[in-house]
Amino acid sequence: MQAETATLDEAAAAGRDERRAGHVRAFLARWEALLIGLIVVTFAVGQALSSEFLTADSFTTGSLDLSEVALMALALTLVIIAAEIDLAVASVLALSSALMAELWNQGLPLELIMPICIVAGALCGAFNGILVTRLGLPSLAVTIGTLALFRGLAFVVIGDASVTDFPGVWTDRAFGNFLGTFIPNTLVLIAVLAVAFGVVLHSTPFGRSIYAIGANEEASYFSGLRVKRIKLILFTVSGAVAALAGIVITLRNSTAAANVGQGFELTAITAVLLGGVSIFGGRGTIVGVILALLLLGGIQKALLLSQSISSYWIQIVTGILLVGSVLGPNLARRVKETRRRRSSQNPEEGPK
Amino acid sequence: MDRPQTASVIDAAAAVIELRDTSKSYGAVQALRDGNLSLRPGEVRALLGENGAGKSTLVKVLGGVVRRDAGDMLVDGEAVDFHSPHDARDAGIAVIYQEPTLFPDLSIAENVVMGYHPLGSLRRIDRGLMHSRVQGLLDRLGVRLDPERPVRGLSIADQQIVEIAKALSFEARVLIMDEPTAALSGPEVERLFSVVRTLRQEGAAVLFISHRLDEVFAICDTVTVMRDGAVVHDAAIADMTPDEVVKRMVGRELSTLFPKQDAEIGEPVLSVHRLTREGVFFDVSFEVRAGEIVALAGLVGAGRSEVARAIFGIDRPDAGHVEVSGRRLPPARPLAAMRAGIGFVPEDRRQQGLVMDLSVARNATMTRMGALSRLGLINGAAEDRLALEWAKRLQLKFHRLSDPAGFLSGGNQQKVVLAKWLATEPKLLILDEPTRGIDVGTKSEVHRLMGELASRGVAVLMISSELPEVLGMADRVLVMHEGRLTAELSRDEADEESVIRAATGQLRAAAA
Amino acid sequence: MSVDTASDVPADSAKARRYTEWVFRVRELGIVVALGLLIAVTAILEPRFIETDSLRNLALNASIFAILAAGQTLVLVTRNVDLSVGSVLGLSAYLAGDLLSSHPGMALLLVFLAGIALGAACGLLNGILVTWGQVPALVVTLGTLYTFRGLSFLWTNGKQVNAETLPDSFLNLGTDSILGVPILVIIALVVLVIVGQWLRDYRAGRELYAIGSNPEGARLAGVRSERRVLTAFVLAGALAGLGGVLFTARFGTVDATAGVGYELTVIAAAVVGGVAIFGGTGSVYGAALGALLLGTITSSLIVLRVEAFWQQAAIGALLLLTIAFDRLIGLRVDAALRRRSARRAG
Repeated sequence: MQAETATLDEAAAAGRDERRAGHVRAFLARWEALLIGLIVVTFAVGQALSSEFLTADSFTTGSLDLSEVALMALALTLVIIAAEIDLAVASVLALSSALMAELWNQGLPLELIMPICIVAGALCGAFNGILVTRLGLPSLAVTIGTLALFRGLAFVVIGDASVTDFPGVWTDRAFGNFLGTFIPNTLVLIAVLAVAFGVVLHSTPFGRSIYAIGANEEASYFSGLRVKRIKLILFTVSGAVAALAGIVITLRNSTAAANVGQGFELTAITAVLLGGVSIFGGRGTIVGVILALLLLGGIQKALLLSQSISSYWIQIVTGILLVGSVLGPNLARRVKETRRRRSSQNPEEGPK
Repeated sequence: MDRPQTASVIDAAAAVIELRDTSKSYGAVQALRDGNLSLRPGEVRALLGENGAGKSTLVKVLGGVVRRDAGDMLVDGEAVDFHSPHDARDAGIAVIYQEPTLFPDLSIAENVVMGYHPLGSLRRIDRGLMHSRVQGLLDRLGVRLDPERPVRGLSIADQQIVEIAKALSFEARVLIMDEPTAALSGPEVERLFSVVRTLRQEGAAVLFISHRLDEVFAICDTVTVMRDGAVVHDAAIADMTPDEVVKRMVGRELSTLFPKQDAEIGEPVLSVHRLTREGVFFDVSFEVRAGEIVALAGLVGAGRSEVARAIFGIDRPDAGHVEVSGRRLPPARPLAAMRAGIGFVPEDRRQQGLVMDLSVARNATMTRMGALSRLGLINGAAEDRLALEWAKRLQLKFHRLSDPAGFLSGGNQQKVVLAKWLATEPKLLILDEPTRGIDVGTKSEVHRLMGELASRGVAVLMISSELPEVLGMADRVLVMHEGRLTAELSRDEADEESVIRAATGQLRAAAA
Repeated sequence: MSVDTASDVPADSAKARRYTEWVFRVRELGIVVALGLLIAVTAILEPRFIETDSLRNLALNASIFAILAAGQTLVLVTRNVDLSVGSVLGLSAYLAGDLLSSHPGMALLLVFLAGIALGAACGLLNGILVTWGQVPALVVTLGTLYTFRGLSFLWTNGKQVNAETLPDSFLNLGTDSILGVPILVIIALVVLVIVGQWLRDYRAGRELYAIGSNPEGARLAGVRSERRVLTAFVLAGALAGLGGVLFTARFGTVDATAGVGYELTVIAAAVVGGVAIFGGTGSVYGAALGALLLGTITSSLIVLRVEAFWQQAAIGALLLLTIAFDRLIGLRVDAALRRRSARRAG
């Protein structure tokens, strides 16, 4: 390992280059570029399959369909980069929806109910976080447990009843569009959160700490980072955002029920991983996850609108993409290594 | 293909295993080239070189862990190709690797025989035979360990014993040991050597890697020296002197290894009061003053690193407390220790010192993220400036600041860890084995740096297993034995004999 | 190098062995005790619970989950996970139903073999992607969870297989008994014992633990890790396939949603049964007991007429309690081992 002997000035110049112009190049070489390509292909195919695909209406409904998953995926991105996982998000969403219904039935105003729900979600997340950080339990096991627990509590709260008499003002807000455009209000909410999470993750000490913790928790702890507190905050935020998603889906459908959003946790994780976030932590970007959501939304909408292709293909394509997102780069790397090894071998030796 | 061998003292025809002109690259880095090595039955050969010289890569090629890019490997004169460690083992090659390779959840017995369990009827595992075989091996190594207990919780020395038992568990014709004695105490090393001598008599070939030259000269017949990824020297040990070996390893004459500057000793910076962690260390009290270098000496496992961890707040002590400049630190709070002015260069660079996947710049500035932020946002340019400044001051050799820290050599990685802590301008710097596994050149740079820091009034607490380093650098030597401070020796009192006596518990002076 | 000298075992060694053995036994014993208590309390409150029919149902329900949990154990032990079991079960359940309703005369053995083979093929795909493709198991099986389920939907295309179209000989497998023991339970027990003994007493089985305990160490010890992990996935798939055929035999009605959401229940059962989610420890028997305990909780809540809504919450709470308990016990054991080690050195 003696290859590094550039002079300091050269290195400094290289560092500056990297930071400015290099950003674009590094970006294009990365997974995000491939995602953009896939999105373009999907949109082209979608348009070919149905003339309704590239319309404002289809954009509006498509983004509405994915809005809850998108919200949860944003918070999950931070959790997964910190090398943890939260499978309980969809159950928190359901619990939030159930709580909303119950409190509404008791006559509380919605303006009070919504903050209560978000606090309750944050508490659920903190519960996960405490089990993970204070007891040192693996988050995979903990959140499989709370996935069942919180969903169960949602049923305990409202049973199999459903509540539909939410005030029109609020359901319209959740279902409606932003200032008369074709952009749904929920998309604006997602965008605001995405920017907030992106800034926190990529340019604050807190975000940097998340990457460091995900890549090497022990070294982070030895560097004075507050590993446990940061993880606890991430789980709490994940719970709060899941509860927010619960409010959104309840208002959007004008229905609260305990069975809402079953399986959403897997869709959200799929979006995060498809966005290039490493399941082992330490790597990934918010931009990648947003692109992945766009891709998933595009595929869903295209297949739903298509007359000729069964919408059952959505699951198949999603699964293949998810595996492909990790398999592809792996294979590319291996091909490159093999080629390099072959070219580095002495030609006079010939084949063995 | 018929290139001449480098001056070999071994008759190539008789070699049980031989490497000819092997090379191996990882990405752009060529870790091994001109790899020529042969081992003949009954030979104990030393493989020496600084860290990063390519020894471990050569061992991995021999062990079938990595495949060579070019060159030949011969077993009993026939060309072979190992596709996996399994192939190497089938060829009779046993390897004790530097990294721990044990299974913490399984019993010692299963660890030793894994993959080669003795089988009974219906190819079922014969647990009785497994137990007695492993018991026999442990007896031979002279340790009292229960083969049925899980490996989890074993001391590092005991884990090393299990590794050795594993390598001895089958009819190995070639035994390769990558720093097997690093964690062993004197009697354990002796025991291992007597086993090695027996193996030699039985006709096995042994390749022995160690940084302790006295061991090498005590047990080896021949020596192979590597430098910069290549084999540069091959000789009988009788023809070499320790000085000559070091010269070959480094490729140049060495100036003084331990530059000691005189510094003015000031007020106490660190005061440790009766610190105790059950089962690890007991009633440890001492002070370190500004401008002073205090060494904490003792055998591996004596509790030195654990004391350092407790001081920095990694582990929570059961009793006692720590004061920095008279202010008491809250227990188990690294951040509080850091803010009080403590820097901590930990023992395990790869796991605890650096985040290997993150860039050099981010590692070097990790302790300063808050100060580099404006309105909560990190200023990237300031980050680069700070990293570059420290890279210059420590003469860091690197390609780009944005490269992952894992790309650097061991010595340069250690410099990044140092930069990370020096950037916080600590009042007290704790260094746990600061020069372990780094090249001789960087080593003397680290020593010079320690002297410099002390002369600027920084208090330095150094843990080291290298006696010359301890004696050369320290103003005061504290010696630990089995979790207790057994001696406090001034610079004048400290010599090899007094430190070793205290470290082995033969001397009990009252510690301050 | 034969050194089988009789040695004087250290004084505390026998104690140490008993202690560690005890820790591992107590884990499974704990579930048995919990199971006994649960059944006893339920029986006292509602005597009908221990009537033959009720217990029979309990055992029948637990059988399929126990088989799936056994398969999951094989994968979990290697520090991997198989989230696709529910989808694999769905595929093979529909295959069995489809085969029998279109060829009612088909030999049952063939149907079983077909179901198992389909499951094994799915497992093989998972295994290849994990080993050769070097894609983390969580990602692979999350992907195949979707893909296999999607294929189920495509294949069934909204249809379902009804019990009326299936031959009685097949459906009887799900209901008949031999000497009072339901056939389904016998099949499950046989499978458990075979897999359990393989994992305990055969090299390949032990190597799975080594891989989960320290993957790099296993490779260096010469364990052919990729082959072993592949085997674990194929077996887990085959067992899920078997579970699918039994699902059809037991319930008679199969559509594309058979086994939806089973993956998390199965993992929960294994973890409750003492299988560490990060590999290295646990047994098939523990996992099966875990499946039985989860099933019993559900049944007893029904019998006690506790609102059905509490079931899921109870299962989640149980899972959290067991992992927390395991963790606390583990910390105690670690401390004890460390003390023992320190004493020996001193």
